[in-house]
Amino acid sequence: MIYHDLVIIGGGPAGLAAAVSAKDNGIDDILVIERDKEPGGILNQCIHNGFGLHTFGEELTGPEYAARFIDQVLSRGITCKKNTMAVDFSVEENRKVVTAMNREDGVFQISAGAVILAMGCRERPRGALNIPGFRPAGIYSAGTAQRLVNIEGLMPGREVVILGSGDIGLIMARRMTLEGAKVKVVAELMPYSGGLKRNIVQCLDDFNIPLKLSHTVIDIEGKKRVEAVTIAQVDENGRPVPGTEERYTCDTLLLSCGLIPENELSRSAGIHINSITSGPVVSDALETSADGVFACGNVLHVHDLVDYVSQEAAAAGKNAARFLRKNKTRHQEQIELVAENGVRYTVPSFLRPAEMDDTVTVRFRVDGVYRNHTITVCYDGRPAARRKRPVMAPGEMEQVILRREELALCPDLKRIAIRIEKA
Amino acid sequence: MYDIAIIGAGVVGSAIARELSRYQASVCVFDREEDVCCGTSKANSAIIHAGFDAAPGSLKAELNVRGNAMMDTLSAELDIPFRRNGSLVICTKGQDTDALFQLLEKGEKNNVPGLRIIEREELIALEPHISDDAACALYAPTGGIVCPFEMTQAFAENACVNGVSFFLNTAVTSILKQPDGYLIETVHTDTNLPETFPARVVINAAGVHADHFHNMVSENKIKITARKGEYFLLDKTAKDHVSHTIFQLPSRMGKGVLVTPTIHGNLLIGPTATDTDDKEAVNTTLDGLDTLRRMAPLSVKNLPMRQVITSFAGLRAHESGDDFIIGEAEDADGFFDAAGIESPGLTSAPAIGQKIAELVHKKLSLAEKKDFQPARKGILRPDTLSADERSRLILAHPEYGSIVCRCEMISEGEIMDAIRRPLGARSLDGIKRRTRAGMGRCQSGFCSPRTMEILAREVPMSVFDITKSGVGGAVLKGVAKEL
Amino acid sequence: MSETYKKELTCIGCPLGCPVTVTLQDASGHCEIISVTGNTCPKGDAYARKEVTNPTRIVTTTVRVTDGAAPMVNVKTASDIPKEKISDCIAALRGVTVAAPVKIGDTILNNVAETGVAIIAAGNVTALPQEMR
Repeated sequence: MIYHDLVIIGGGPAGLAAAVSAKDNGIDDILVIERDKEPGGILNQCIHNGFGLHTFGEELTGPEYAARFIDQVLSRGITCKKNTMAVDFSVEENRKVVTAMNREDGVFQISAGAVILAMGCRERPRGALNIPGFRPAGIYSAGTAQRLVNIEGLMPGREVVILGSGDIGLIMARRMTLEGAKVKVVAELMPYSGGLKRNIVQCLDDFNIPLKLSHTVIDIEGKKRVEAVTIAQVDENGRPVPGTEERYTCDTLLLSCGLIPENELSRSAGIHINSITSGPVVSDALETSADGVFACGNVLHVHDLVDYVSQEAAAAGKNAARFLRKNKTRHQEQIELVAENGVRYTVPSFLRPAEMDDTVTVRFRVDGVYRNHTITVCYDGRPAARRKRPVMAPGEMEQVILRREELALCPDLKRIAIRIEKA
Repeated sequence: MYDIAIIGAGVVGSAIARELSRYQASVCVFDREEDVCCGTSKANSAIIHAGFDAAPGSLKAELNVRGNAMMDTLSAELDIPFRRNGSLVICTKGQDTDALFQLLEKGEKNNVPGLRIIEREELIALEPHISDDAACALYAPTGGIVCPFEMTQAFAENACVNGVSFFLNTAVTSILKQPDGYLIETVHTDTNLPETFPARVVINAAGVHADHFHNMVSENKIKITARKGEYFLLDKTAKDHVSHTIFQLPSRMGKGVLVTPTIHGNLLIGPTATDTDDKEAVNTTLDGLDTLRRMAPLSVKNLPMRQVITSFAGLRAHESGDDFIIGEAEDADGFFDAAGIESPGLTSAPAIGQKIAELVHKKLSLAEKKDFQPARKGILRPDTLSADERSRLILAHPEYGSIVCRCEMISEGEIMDAIRRPLGARSLDGIKRRTRAGMGRCQSGFCSPRTMEILAREVPMSVFDITKSGVGGAVLKGVAKEL
Repeated sequence: MSETYKKELTCIGCPLGCPVTVTLQDASGHCEIISVTGNTCPKGDAYARKEVTNPTRIVTTTVRVTDGAAPMVNVKTASDIPKEKISDCIAALRGVTVAAPVKIGDTILNNVAETGVAIIAAGNVTALPQEMR
């Protein structure tokens, strides 16, 4: 069996940034496993601009953003095994073994000192949305259409209805339009869009594409290829309202209805999964329930901006490096982090004050649109900090930064709650 | 001139074709779809029924029990994924236990082996997620689950290897009586070119359309009603929710819906039962899916409905007499029906194949083939190999080292096999039904562009001609920036 | 006396997405902004003025690559171009192909649609080895 100090599963934005950071923190023996023929992950098909404003201070396209990190990985001499699929991961008594496969090496096992999970996420398929109707050609997830159009230069449709106003759906409305398709409508189940304002303006308004909030698809017609789609308004329980049906003739239905972290390997290793994020439960060090196994990026929780993925992955890389250097045992003392009142989840789920960094970024999402509310941090039920936010929405990640020196002032602290309150 | 022409390449037509390929006769099969297994055979409960449900003395009862008993041998001979997981009919508190005992009695009359009534305590031990209202159950150890796609493909491939000609994308438009048999007029669904085929004997295995063909040649009209059944398929993470096939006790409210593991480890819930005039209406409906959500919890609790990965609908060929119609039409010499094949049709298919073959053999006095090849090998599944064996396979055939479908972990090698084998896949759905690529939790979002590349290369064909499921279903609409 | 008219916009400066109303007046051949209302911060005012008088966009798309490891390469306008030129810009790229290798920053097309702005590569595509072409 081969051994590497650090094995990173996934060579997308999270895996690349984690590798660079681990190397810069003193780890030389790193292996990145990437299933595609090039690293970069989903960024390679995200050809729109707007990436990297936080990281590089300029707006890059997906491939440009990826290329910067690929260059950093290459210039540090980090090995990336491409066209290689990690097919199994097991953790037994601190022995971490990744089983992988490719055309040249067959099936092989890698034993690792530490592992960073960076497998990313996948799109929610039609079945999970329970859309009735036929099952013809012409129904694609927005990401599949994005790959066909941007990577292959192929058009999956000419007359398009899009369900879901997440950013990928909005971006694809513009891409399909620019490449010659007619996008007839974007329907969104929720009363608000999950996408950025900028994308609504520049991807829909610029091209006069209507956005219908509180609408969903209730029928798909066409036996072999989509011929029409019927949408209807939904009530507060998400049920279609009779009499509001509108039928659109079209040949394509694109679905952009949410992303799901891809944690098959984490589950196979018995790593605890948070039922809200569908990602691993992690500590302030982004360490999972398995010692020396870290997680970052969209496999941990779905992010809004890739810049935050890179930041989080850099922290995971640094923490993995620290783990490998010290091979320390865990401190049992923990502070629980709890999502309350409007906050859906927090990442991390707990802190280990004895070994945490000077600052820890807690990322979370809210469960609805809140105007003029505060993010309140409570220490054992006592409000300790408040920050006013003019608007918060489920589509955008929020964060608070916890400082070690502040926590040190409360030695018996057991529980930190993050909640949304009226300003 | 063909000795025998079969209309329909579903599981029944394919099973008949395979049985007839044992004889020295020229046999052909027509299907309007681009692949075998495209009608009722692809959208059903995938159950090998024990046989307690059909009326004693009926063809359904006889062929169900006989078909069930054939499955072990067939599964080995034709490499069909099959397992006897046992089935349970649940009687809930307040339901009439007499009805359960009547079912037991019927089953015993039908010669179903091993039937017994079990009480709640044993039931809970067998199925921890059984409804809190479940009082007792009929247990049938011979009930099983099968892959209906591979069962059909196995029959068809084996028939093909033994000399049967398959004409796919070929719709039969009329059947004309001739002095020495029939003239079958067809049209190619893609090119629209007509072609006629003379045959001495015609076998009607046309599923929901069997009445249409029967009534072309016979004055004894039959009527087949399409009875829609809708289903939910759940992720493999839900596979351990039940281990047996859980039926509800039929009542005035209908036959109820079943909850069952599938042979590949998913969980299946369904079907509904709604008669429809449209024999092409394989669409799911808001009402149908709601009905499933309401009915399924009557027998099984805590169903993880968030794990639904797809829903689908199939049409059962319900005949007004409520039994299979098997045999030569009285007023149409040489025209044999295998009609009204609704549940337990999948289970009965092997026995129907035998029965029809016996009848045709008698009719035409056919001699047996000496070189009949009874065995068929399925697509090599690398995940059944040890790591070492798999590495050796990849060394010899690197295509088995590239994973194309990440959800089901299907390699390029398996997809190439699906395309290259007899009656190989020519569409995305054809590949899906043969390899499971695209059948997992992402429902082909990840693998379809890669699968298209492999299809285009292997067939070979233009990527623009690749369909999801045949003529009219092209995946692509052109290239970017083209007006 | 010239007429005033209003334009409704959504500010993209932050998630707040203020609905901003710009009132304009037609003054002999050009538009004059009378007022900007609805914004909650100065960013909204600046955005609205620019969006009404001179809206611009970065355009990103792809062009076909010959003999490359990938069939398409990501390209973009080197800087933002007038919004009404977006479709001309795409039209100008119809049929454009570029030979591999392509590197980020390579000029694909100069002065696209008479905007004075170049189309540059925004992705890398390596050349296929000779025997694989």
